[in-house]
Amino acid sequence: MRQIPDTSIFDLRLSRRGLRLNKMCTALCSPAEREAFKRDEEAFMTRFSLTDNEKDLVRKRNFKGLIEAGMNIYAMLKIGSATGNSLYRMGAQMRGESYEQFLATRNIKGAV
Amino acid sequence: MPSKIVAGIGLSHVPSVGPVVDRKRENDPAWKPLFDAYIPVRSWLEKLKPDVAIVVYNDHVAEFGFDRYPTFALGAADRYAIADEGFGTRPLPEVPGDAEFSIHLCEELVNQEFDLTVCQEMGVEHGFLVPMNLCFPHTPSGWPVRSVPLQVNVVQHPLPTARRCYRLGQALRQAVESYPGDLRVVVMGTGGMSHQLQGKRFGFMSEKFDHWFLNEIEKNPESLAQISHHRIMEEAGAEAVELIMWLTMRGALSKNAKRLHRHYYAPMTTGMGLITFEE
Repeated sequence: MRQIPDTSIFDLRLSRRGLRLNKMCTALCSPAEREAFKRDEEAFMTRFSLTDNEKDLVRKRNFKGLIEAGMNIYAMLKIGSATGNSLYRMGAQMRGESYEQFLATRNIKGAV
Repeated sequence: MPSKIVAGIGLSHVPSVGPVVDRKRENDPAWKPLFDAYIPVRSWLEKLKPDVAIVVYNDHVAEFGFDRYPTFALGAADRYAIADEGFGTRPLPEVPGDAEFSIHLCEELVNQEFDLTVCQEMGVEHGFLVPMNLCFPHTPSGWPVRSVPLQVNVVQHPLPTARRCYRLGQALRQAVESYPGDLRVVVMGTGGMSHQLQGKRFGFMSEKFDHWFLNEIEKNPESLAQISHHRIMEEAGAEAVELIMWLTMRGALSKNAKRLHRHYYAPMTTGMGLITFEE
């Protein structure tokens, strides 16, 4: 499919690249796994066989980089929640803006 | 008596609506315009008295992971659990299903060459629950209708085409009409409208595209069904491609179904649309 500027298209090649990351995020749908992640993030990442580069992206909360590494946005919402990063905070980072700068671009910023 | 489709609804399934409902914040100034739009829709539905809602939606990696990912998955159970999508389980009653009706739909749809994944156990999350919250509010005694969840892959490309989704709706209509249970059925197509949740273009919306889409789905659904994923994603944002699920709803309704309600509200990052049709 033709590229769209500033847009990631989650296709099978990207999904294959991101499979480890996405499996890790999907596990966060269980309360026990969320606790395990919060207790020892490094051990959690190792359990899901993340590469060093993938681990580093998670450590740095580099959401733009994680999307490029094949993390699906809906999987990312789960790790965002576990690390205290709402969708809008992650979005601001991907836009290269502060949270406040991003909110200022919205029509009704109370609808969060 | 054969069953029939009595109404169709196209609507967004924005996840932030869930906590607003759970915390009873529907009258907050930022949310009131959305919830007010559903007041007449709810009265209309109460008068229509549907037995079953077929909800065309997508799961957001709560029940289906990318290790195995179905293109079309139909629920065939008598109850559907509330899924934990990573933020805790919402305090909602289990959703009643209609396994006999679902089994009939599976048989008819597969006979019409829609090769579904059949789910005898599945949980449902915001893609399904937010439209239910908006149209069929639950009470302490549960939900006012039984449901059939129809999950579509609108996340991992290649996706089914818009036209395929429209044809699925046409097949669904035949399947409903051949069920002898005398059921009154509402079909809900959910998702969209314009939004993009990743990349530098995060937060992109297009009110112009959304109003065009609302016009076309009412008046020219057959030509709208020719739209490419690329065009939707380019003009309305990558995640707007969920809108192909509205075409399943429209395909299940007759061409001349009467359009009743229409509303649009775009406060944050998603154009929230609503359109209803009555047979």
